[in-house]
Amino acid sequence: MNTISKADMKTLFFVAIIALLAPFILNPFPTDSGLAQFNAGYPDLMQRFAIYGILAIGFNILFGLTGYLSFGHAAFLGVGSYSAVWMFKLLSMNIIPALILSVIVAGLFSLLIGFISLRRSGIYFSILTLAFAQMSFALAYSVLTPLTNGETGLQITLNDPRILAAENVSGNLPVTTLFGLEMRDTWAMQVGAWDFQFNIGYYICAIFLLLAFYLSIRIFRSPFGMMLRAVKTNQNRLNYTGINTRPYTLAAFVISGMYAGLAGGLMASMDPLAGAERMQWTASGEIVLMTILGGTGTLLGPVMGAGFIKYFENIFSKINDTVLHGWFSWMPDGLENIIVWVLHLFTGKGWHLTLGIMFMLIVIFLPGGLMEGMSRIGNWWKRRKGDDDAESKSTTTAAE
Amino acid sequence: MDAILLQILNGLDKGSAYALIALGLTLIFGTLGVVNFAHGALFMLGAFCAVSLQKLVAVSKITIDPSQVDFLGNPLKVKTPYVIEWFGPKIGNAIIDWNVPLAIIIAIPVMLLIGYVMERGLIKHFYKRPHADQILVTFGLAIVIQELVKANFGANPIPTPAPDQFVGSFNVGALIGLDASYPYWRLIYFAFSALIISSVFAFLRFTTFGMVVRAGMADRETVGLLGINIDRRFTIMFGIAAAVAGLAGVMYTPINSPNYHMGMDFLVLSFVVVVVGGMGSLPGAVSAGFLLGILESFASMNEVKGFFEMLYLPSIDQIIIYLVAIIVLLTRPRGLMGKAGVMEE
Repeated sequence: MNTISKADMKTLFFVAIIALLAPFILNPFPTDSGLAQFNAGYPDLMQRFAIYGILAIGFNILFGLTGYLSFGHAAFLGVGSYSAVWMFKLLSMNIIPALILSVIVAGLFSLLIGFISLRRSGIYFSILTLAFAQMSFALAYSVLTPLTNGETGLQITLNDPRILAAENVSGNLPVTTLFGLEMRDTWAMQVGAWDFQFNIGYYICAIFLLLAFYLSIRIFRSPFGMMLRAVKTNQNRLNYTGINTRPYTLAAFVISGMYAGLAGGLMASMDPLAGAERMQWTASGEIVLMTILGGTGTLLGPVMGAGFIKYFENIFSKINDTVLHGWFSWMPDGLENIIVWVLHLFTGKGWHLTLGIMFMLIVIFLPGGLMEGMSRIGNWWKRRKGDDDAESKSTTTAAE
Repeated sequence: MDAILLQILNGLDKGSAYALIALGLTLIFGTLGVVNFAHGALFMLGAFCAVSLQKLVAVSKITIDPSQVDFLGNPLKVKTPYVIEWFGPKIGNAIIDWNVPLAIIIAIPVMLLIGYVMERGLIKHFYKRPHADQILVTFGLAIVIQELVKANFGANPIPTPAPDQFVGSFNVGALIGLDASYPYWRLIYFAFSALIISSVFAFLRFTTFGMVVRAGMADRETVGLLGINIDRRFTIMFGIAAAVAGLAGVMYTPINSPNYHMGMDFLVLSFVVVVVGGMGSLPGAVSAGFLLGILESFASMNEVKGFFEMLYLPSIDQIIIYLVAIIVLLTRPRGLMGKAGVMEE
């Protein structure tokens, strides 16, 4: 199993192309047009797409393959962020040591939590992970203030030691770099009315996303992945055949914890601060939602789910009343006000309502998530084409 | 001793809210096998029944009183709530004052109806779907309900005071020779929840309807084969569970002013309570609710905090519930009173 199959290679290639061209693809509307607010091609959001993609891919290795629903994954994200920021404070602003430390710490942390939690299964496992995550959140928020800086959040300051870094003479806060490449560096390209932004931080995240994706393909196709699927399908049978499933599930748990740690480290690398709210259960819930929304157990689904949620979170919450009035100004006043009043419920501060409704619709009608929706459309398309072919064939035979 | 008595009262008080929500969750899980993440939202809707009634009774008729003028010299507009105009000042003011207890009367049918509609309209289609789907769809519903309430009532907490008579506190300790006064309304909350819990248990234990429901919880198919429309009864049980959550919410409003996310805040803790009690066990849910409530309030005592400081340990009042949950789940795999094989797949 040293090679990667052609179909998987195609998927990987597809993701790579999308990631590479994201600044173009996500920026389809000219900057000064009314639709410009639907553009998602700005660095901050693209970075988040990639980071949450990594997070969801990692979560899917645990949940999608073994069926163990962890409700505490945000804890690993938070731990990763904290350790990365500590690296920035103590060592240097280079992101490589920070990322290494955050992956290691998150791995150790998940080893500990996984070792205890995996003694139970089903909802009991979920509640155990939730309990651990909430405990970490509460501790980070209050008791561990010297380590986490409590509710303010951990930030870099000017007089941190940073033993490997050169003397800071500028008097500004240092920025995160990769051997001199600044994460926030953005190169803007203007083509006509379009304004495309190429951000170093985003491309670093995208490279990690691709690595993560490749690794997850390998895990999915490996004997180890097969074993994890067997755990999901029938753990009892495995136990009866004399296989101890615990090492496998624990390995999956630790791997997905390390993915979350990497995501947390990247988050801190893009914006060097870490707060306790990253560990709260709502954050864990968001990861679960992303994965399920995209399609559990599929390769591409979690990434799509993450992108979907983050896109709507950012775009819908920006549409306020003024924007709405701008859109519908061509209507008669009364009608305009009514429509704006109705849409106001769903946009701006009310975008959660849209999110909730979309969730419900997707769960009700597309149990397999977005991936199932896509494959349904694909099938329907194929069938239609097939019908056309059959029809044309039959007509030709009739003509003959 | 006084402090301990106070903490027990505090714990019972916190525990009653947990126990009521956990009871409803377990009722739904035990009957329909559905994990209802929207239960916190039902609790919140109950609380907003009280808020709506408060707004409703405050609706006023504006009359212009020419004999008085305001500071601009215009005739003064006098607001009289309609209830006062209709029933006279005595009864009218009493209604305004007592709006929280009165809201119970409104909340019961409203919540039964909401529960019924929710079950028939949405949950019904999710019996056979995986638990993850149930969690996700009810979570989505909870978000929708929450946002609708936010759009209607705003994001800020809305104070809903208890009747004037119950505003003070009562020296409970005096009854047993101690000195510990405790707010009236919290005592009432505890008594009320004890009443609700015992009536739910009595309903299940002593009525024919309850007997059928219990039989259905044990073996749904057989009860159905005996020619009993068990689905209908389970739907009604869903309504009852919603009403229990709603009543818990109504009575909770004077303790903490309701806001739109109060349900979510309670939901996670209630789930921990349910699991600690054991999925599907009603006595387990109630006792775990009170147990965790009491433990939580003891952990926040200064003496306990001091003890932990002495040992150079962090204080545990923030995490005690989760800590207990972990310990219970590791030593008793199915919670305190859970049955084997439930939700373990």
